[in-house]
Amino acid sequence: MTDTTASPKPRRWAIWLPLGVFLGFVCLVLFGLFRPADREVASAMVGKPLPAFDLPAATADKPGLAQTDFTAGGKPRLLNVFASWCIPCAVEAPQLDQLAKMGIEINGIAIRDHREDVTAFLARNGNPFTRIGADDVSKVQMAMGSSGVPETFVIDGKGVIRYQHIGEIRADQMPLILEKLKEAEQ
Amino acid sequence: MTTQTAGIKAKHQRLVLVVIALVALIGAALLAIWGLRSQASYFYVPSDIVAARPDPDRGVRLGGMVEKGSLKTEPDGVTIAFVVHDGKARVPVRFKGIVPSLFVEGSGVVAEGKLAANGTFIADNLLAKHDEKYVPREMKEMTEAQAKQVVAETQ
Amino acid sequence: MIAEFGLAALWLAAALAGLQLLAGALGLTRGGAALGAIVRPVAIVQGLLALIAFVALIVLFCQTDLSVKLVAMNSHSAKPLIYKFAGTWGNHEGSMLLWVTVMGLAGSFVALVERRLPEPTMLATLAGQAFVSLGFYAFLLLSSNPFERMPQVPTEGQGLNPLLQDMGLAFHPPTLYVGYVGLSIAFSFAIGALITREVGPAFARAMRPWVLGAWIFLTLGITAGSYWAYYELGWGGWWFWDPVENASLMPWLAATALLHSVSVLAARNALRAWTIMLGVVAFSMSMVGTFLVRSGILTSVHAFAVDPERGSFILVLLAIYIGGALTLFAVRAGSVSEGERFAPVSREGALVFNNVMLSAVLGIVLFGTLYPLVAEAMGAKVSVGPPYFNPMSALFVVPMLLVMAVGPLLRWRRDGFARVRAILVIPALLVVLAAIGVAAWGGIGVLPFIGLTLAGGLAVASLLPLRGRSLRRTPLATWGMVVAHLGVAVALFGMASESAFSVEKLVAARVGDTTAVGPWQITLKRVRPVAGPNWTALEADLDASYDGGKATAVHPQARFFWSPPQPTSESALLTRWNGQLYAVLGEEADDGRWQLRLWWKPFVTMIWFGGLMIGLGGLLALLGRVASDLKRYVARGKIAYRRERQGR
Repeated sequence: MTDTTASPKPRRWAIWLPLGVFLGFVCLVLFGLFRPADREVASAMVGKPLPAFDLPAATADKPGLAQTDFTAGGKPRLLNVFASWCIPCAVEAPQLDQLAKMGIEINGIAIRDHREDVTAFLARNGNPFTRIGADDVSKVQMAMGSSGVPETFVIDGKGVIRYQHIGEIRADQMPLILEKLKEAEQ
Repeated sequence: MTTQTAGIKAKHQRLVLVVIALVALIGAALLAIWGLRSQASYFYVPSDIVAARPDPDRGVRLGGMVEKGSLKTEPDGVTIAFVVHDGKARVPVRFKGIVPSLFVEGSGVVAEGKLAANGTFIADNLLAKHDEKYVPREMKEMTEAQAKQVVAETQ
Repeated sequence: MIAEFGLAALWLAAALAGLQLLAGALGLTRGGAALGAIVRPVAIVQGLLALIAFVALIVLFCQTDLSVKLVAMNSHSAKPLIYKFAGTWGNHEGSMLLWVTVMGLAGSFVALVERRLPEPTMLATLAGQAFVSLGFYAFLLLSSNPFERMPQVPTEGQGLNPLLQDMGLAFHPPTLYVGYVGLSIAFSFAIGALITREVGPAFARAMRPWVLGAWIFLTLGITAGSYWAYYELGWGGWWFWDPVENASLMPWLAATALLHSVSVLAARNALRAWTIMLGVVAFSMSMVGTFLVRSGILTSVHAFAVDPERGSFILVLLAIYIGGALTLFAVRAGSVSEGERFAPVSREGALVFNNVMLSAVLGIVLFGTLYPLVAEAMGAKVSVGPPYFNPMSALFVVPMLLVMAVGPLLRWRRDGFARVRAILVIPALLVVLAAIGVAAWGGIGVLPFIGLTLAGGLAVASLLPLRGRSLRRTPLATWGMVVAHLGVAVALFGMASESAFSVEKLVAARVGDTTAVGPWQITLKRVRPVAGPNWTALEADLDASYDGGKATAVHPQARFFWSPPQPTSESALLTRWNGQLYAVLGEEADDGRWQLRLWWKPFVTMIWFGGLMIGLGGLLALLGRVASDLKRYVARGKIAYRRERQGR
């Protein structure tokens, strides 16, 4: 067999081709990864009034929740979107309790839930809510631009959404929430 | 194998192989691009469809909200008709089959199918999985238009 | 306690991977030969530690230890034990732990049994394996710790996606993972060979069993996954070209190409650089596929959680490993000489053709999978489905199948078609007859037509390499090839038959109504509620009778899982030798009628049967290779022993 180094060598550049293709892939994916950086979907509704809604009560002992409850004026309050089947919701319960004890009014919306489950959940984790609406098909949740549970909205006295907190409120995030509530007061 | 002639011939044959391989791979790339241009199904919301109709033989996906009170089951018991809207425009949809369980009036839906010449969207498949873990990517950006409409409906 | 124990084992394994990399690298230098000696034992212990961590997680899941976040988020005390067990890898963290475990064990296995590679290449290979493992350990420990505790112990877990509560889940993802990660060995071998520049038949023979092993698992995993999607999703389809499916198909295509090119390298010392390249590409495809699935960059029916942070982390790993390997390839491959020559019409020529076609299909699938991303970059939203994938891949698969019929009959190095023409008369005749028959049947699409036409001829052609041989003396590896190629023909027949002859019926039936689907008569007897451990369901009692024969009961269900609340439909299957009846129960209409969706799918089972045969072929080949290697090893030992005695 003859020496193989004699084979044509114009394909030198071809050796770099796979690397080039791969770099193209990385660029593409980087683009894809960072363009929808709003994957923690920030609501387009921040700064806008709450959508109109009127939800029935989610438990026997607390009234339901309507958009008109928020427009009566008064101090800013929190609107917490939760569900009994959601683990992080249980994690943030102590923080919500603490906020409620500070005299902040917290309203809840239970997503895709059963009455008895909500009742059991609140019995277990404490009930910081003054009103709880039942949103059985996530209709109001989606209207508010919330894409998951738990999420907490700061609503000012005129019923305008001022801030959206995605995920559970951890203990170290309490000052942030309080600050946002103060901002909403102005 | 004997010396020189074999060497030249071998070189020649190697070249043929390389050329065939390159032609096949470049052909594959060109075909892929052509195929994707003609076969990828684009995502439309109802106002897009009203503004610029897709070809009747082109597969597209239509995303929007199922209008309240529009859902009808036809006498055969398996064909349903409903209207998908995005707050600006409405498109009637027909679907034959078992609907996903999360599919209800007022919910979001992505329908895969074709727009018939008479303006009805004939769906072969409905995706309605918008629970907290799975939101069709296209639906996410609809929230604003959706919001207005949901507002109107819940009153 | 178990959680902390598992975490400690994981950290230790990561540390050992670091040591393995360092010792392997230093072992290659002149002064560090002594360090090289510890690489093998370290690799073995590292794999065992990863296994311990994985077992710890399994125990936590089986005990439903809700203080561990992962368990609380993904399990539920009411879940049957087998699904608690399978739930271990039914989530992101658990599956990544499975990934590093398999990777560690693969490294251990290589360190334990591989004795054919020259020692420097071996060191480079194990160092490479450790380098890749290290990145995944870092990913696991820094961004997806499976053993993280909950700040507050919940009273109940959040459950597992009900779609995943199925026996399919217990076997299909781990099988695939063994395949994906098994390819890391081929990757490390390729890197080792690039570093030491020792590419040749001996290297190929050492690499081949590992590639075969990973490929068998991939084949079985894809087959099982396809069947799982078929009966669990209730859509009646068996392949959806979903990104998750494509992610498993792409490494398989690359590994199949590698398997064939490594044969050329082993037998003829040709295609050296190309084989190395494929070794890199195969595992790269595993990683790319995992990345695409795990980062949530492409939406998919398999709905994994979306997490850009983790996505970025894996992307960095990809950039380091794939980018690094391809750079190394570009720098070094020029000095890996091209190897022996061959004529276009020869066994090598056919295998090269196979490789080019497989690469083309790989490119088509990869491009189609990524295209939604490209389109998004240009501001359009698209989804790419069967109308693109089917014809485009068929364009390359069909010529490849034709060559598959001829290739094994050709001689190495140089041959002429004239020699094999006479043998191929029978399959060619079969193809012509089938074409006439199918055309006479009429009303069949282009692709099913091609499939039905080719299947019979291919089946016969795949048996031809056995002609004139003593069946008992035929090497096991040849049997493997024959069985695998026959499996391709069988699967092709199943696919074509399913799409050509399936009958679908969608009806709204009252209790007592009878519906005809193909040769079947289906009577709806009643619909009643039933309950399972964590679901309630409506179940239909259907009586199905084939061609007027005795009725068999089938029970499709519409299930509702209550934690988390999610409905699923459980299709009912009735299998006969010549096909399957597939029934799905829909909703109740207002007038008391029930929606039923029924399919008669002739010979659909051949698809998975063919897949199993392909896997079995791989297994036979693997056994054959290992047996002959062992024989050679023993013989060499005997010779050495004899020499030693004579020397005395």
